[in-house]
Amino acid sequence: MIGGSNLGLTCQHLCKTYPTRNGLITALDDITFSVKEHEFVSIVGPSGCGKTTLLKLIAGLSKPTSGQIIFNSGLSRHQQRTALVFQEHGLFPWMTVLDNVAFGLEMYGMPKRDRRDLAMTFIEKVGLVSFANNYPHELSVGMCQRVGILRAFAADPQILLMDEPFGSLDAQTKQVLRQELLRIWRENKKLILFVTHDIDEAVLLGDRVLVMSGHPGHIREEIQIPIHRPHDPISEQQLELTEIKWHIWKILEEEVLKSLQMPS
Amino acid sequence: MAYLEDTRRRSAEKLTNAQLKETPDRSSIRPEWWGTAIIIIAPLVIWEVLARSGKISSLFFPAPSVIFLTSIQLITSGKLSIHLGITLWRVFIGFFLGGISGLMLGLAMGWSRPLRMVIDPLIAAAHPVPKIAILPLIMIFFGIGESSKIVVIAVATFFPMLINTVTGVRQINPIHFEVAENYGASLNKILTRVILPGSLPMVLTGARLALNIALLLAIAVELVSAQEGLGAMIWLAWQTLRTEELYVSLFVTAALGMILNFLLQRITLYLVPWQTEQKI
Ligand SMILES: Nc1ncnc2c1ncn2[C@@H]1O[C@H](COP(=O)(O)OP(=O)(O)OP(=O)(O)O)[C@@H](O)[C@H]1O
Ligand SMILES: [Mg+2]
Repeated sequence: MIGGSNLGLTCQHLCKTYPTRNGLITALDDITFSVKEHEFVSIVGPSGCGKTTLLKLIAGLSKPTSGQIIFNSGLSRHQQRTALVFQEHGLFPWMTVLDNVAFGLEMYGMPKRDRRDLAMTFIEKVGLVSFANNYPHELSVGMCQRVGILRAFAADPQILLMDEPFGSLDAQTKQVLRQELLRIWRENKKLILFVTHDIDEAVLLGDRVLVMSGHPGHIREEIQIPIHRPHDPISEQQLELTEIKWHIWKILEEEVLKSLQMPS
Repeated sequence: MAYLEDTRRRSAEKLTNAQLKETPDRSSIRPEWWGTAIIIIAPLVIWEVLARSGKISSLFFPAPSVIFLTSIQLITSGKLSIHLGITLWRVFIGFFLGGISGLMLGLAMGWSRPLRMVIDPLIAAAHPVPKIAILPLIMIFFGIGESSKIVVIAVATFFPMLINTVTGVRQINPIHFEVAENYGASLNKILTRVILPGSLPMVLTGARLALNIALLLAIAVELVSAQEGLGAMIWLAWQTLRTEELYVSLFVTAALGMILNFLLQRITLYLVPWQTEQKI
């Protein structure tokens, strides 16, 4: 295998319940899947089905109620370096854009000058140079989201977990960042778990798409995307992709209707 | 094509950035200040006229011009600066001791739930006690000298500092701790990069409250048990019916409060550049 240690991961029978005032909420129920080294897996599912919960478990930010997460590297959940791009960006209001992007590097102990130079190269890529010394409250939501993504990119983790990272971006910026994400993924052999609401995006980026259903959250279907990147605009392949998208769309529609009928 | 889009957006961002950084012109005098000036000056003029014409007793209400001359005299003789200096010293030492301990315990309590559970009831019981009331008790422990005065001030500043710091730490969005944990932050880094800056706005609010309380307590303590300090000066002037001196010392006390507040507000703006709205 190229690159030495194996970076795959396996989730086995993951369950997560939250105690609340109105009793237990089962956010995840018996989630089992594995991701190979250097695989790009998209996750789609209706709102509230536990996507964020799943990523936080893998990032080691909360403990599963039962089941386990095994990293092929042999490291524990806390030792394994991951970077989570948070759904609500989670930038530090008291740090400038530059320091926010360099935060992961700072925690890894990189000297100030080096980490700032490195962070700056990322900031240049998304056209935020003139904002490097601004604070997050001076940025738009989409700009904050870009900074949140850069923080994870700059930290250069072996496992990248992204929770609807492109949600509030315009089509052009999305396109630029998708290309950048694919480039980073290709060049640095990362494992990426990518949560999105956008079926097109899930199919475009992923080697595989996990379709989740909610209440309680579990994996309803795994769909392999048979076409290799870059997706050539050959009509046969387009047809196949369209069929896959249509299939995912039908599942999600059913799931969303189900969740809307749920008494809450 | 994508590059073109990118540069175009970049220049658009520069523009908004420049707008964001635009600050209001400070050199021009705001029109409402004229109103404030009139509200202050008009009564002074009326007072002067009434005092000089004998319509009001100049023993209790000496004319502003007389008060002004007295203040010059007090300044040149050095009497005022001695009293002012002593009060300032008490305020700062008391504020420093009480503030630092309130800050330390506040950070620890904000961080540790068990500690909070244990200490909270004690704070709830001790906080509402008017601190000047415990001066005699503190004198039993610390004697009637300088230290008991400073201890009272320190005790009074301790509480607002503590309570604001605990609140400041508690209101930090949990996501910031998650981000830090995700990148493997050490306890030291969590303290210096998340907890301290995250709670800083509230801590500074607490510091402002504490400083005002320190001044209040310093004057109160000096009124009841001191030979020196602004409070003592006020009390002595009252007892000997030197009302000009009474007014001067009252004015200096008020000015001191204003200056301290202004300074702390400036410090806050400097230390918390990420907060736009300036809370007053
Ligand atoms: N801290 C918490 N305490 C209690 N319940 C929680 C907590 N976090 C999540 N939940 C519950 O777990 C379920 C899954 O939440 P989660 O945030 O993982 O959904 P999601 O798939 O990310 O949704 P969305 O697409 O809207 O972001 C929800 O029903 C939610 O109410
Ligand atoms: Mg979510």
